[in-house]
Amino acid sequence: MSIDWNAFTPASALIGGAIIGAAAALFAVLNGRIAGVSGILGGLARPQAGDVSWRIAFVAGLVAAPLAWGLLAALLEIRVDASFPALVAAGLLVGIGTRYGGGCTSGHGVCGISRASPRSIAATVAFMAAGFATVYVARHLIAP
Amino acid sequence: MYTAASFAAGFVFGLGLLVSGMANPAKVLGFLDLAGAWDPSLALVMAGAVAVGAGAFAFMKERTRTLLGAPVLLPSPRRIDRRLILGSLVFGVGWGLAGICPGPALVLAGAGSAKGLVFLAAMIAGNGVFEFFEKKKRVAPGPAPVRSS
Repeated sequence: MSIDWNAFTPASALIGGAIIGAAAALFAVLNGRIAGVSGILGGLARPQAGDVSWRIAFVAGLVAAPLAWGLLAALLEIRVDASFPALVAAGLLVGIGTRYGGGCTSGHGVCGISRASPRSIAATVAFMAAGFATVYVARHLIAP
Repeated sequence: MYTAASFAAGFVFGLGLLVSGMANPAKVLGFLDLAGAWDPSLALVMAGAVAVGAGAFAFMKERTRTLLGAPVLLPSPRRIDRRLILGSLVFGVGWGLAGICPGPALVLAGAGSAKGLVFLAAMIAGNGVFEFFEKKKRVAPGPAPVRSS
């Protein structure tokens, strides 16, 4: 392992992370819910009365963030290297896996670890390990 | 008010993803590539988020109502089962293929990324697959009498 010091951005990572934590805190303190994006989005597949508008609002907030950012400043670099077929496969796996696992990087990762939930910590270890393994296979075994 | 707070939380979350660089899939993959030139940024994003989030969740622990008077609906299951681990492993494989998870997928869509939109569409289709099998399971007759709707 060698650290890529040119890519490493400790200050913006910590500040951005604190902003994400603030969003999760706001949502817990005001809405009493876990800011788990996969669950919030997934719940829209089975709409129930009184349970729809707050979900749409949260999703709209996430979509609006880059729009508002773009009005004030240039968007930071966004680079998607995956091919279209890989994106379709990845999207399907993320869509299925997060629902069976009951959460993703936000719900299990950020919120679950903040609550020291053993369930969420186990889930985070599992998806991180699978992510590390997948990138290793894709970058170093298949296309070195 | 409840809906407005939800929008605000989503919006701030999206800003955090942009500031931290986590809305950039190439940067996420730089973290997941332990054997290559490793970018540890994601670990610091998590540390920053947990440092702020932990206080809020500790504050909410004993409360039954939020500051807006809404009921507290924080999950309490602690069981670590096969479903949790297998689901998370499947998610991790998809995450490693593209470097995108659900939050950044929505931010990418908002940023007008065509690739982000394709990923988001596939992810919603994946949700549909999950719902299809869950519904089947609910409808399938089990050993115990199934209450009809």
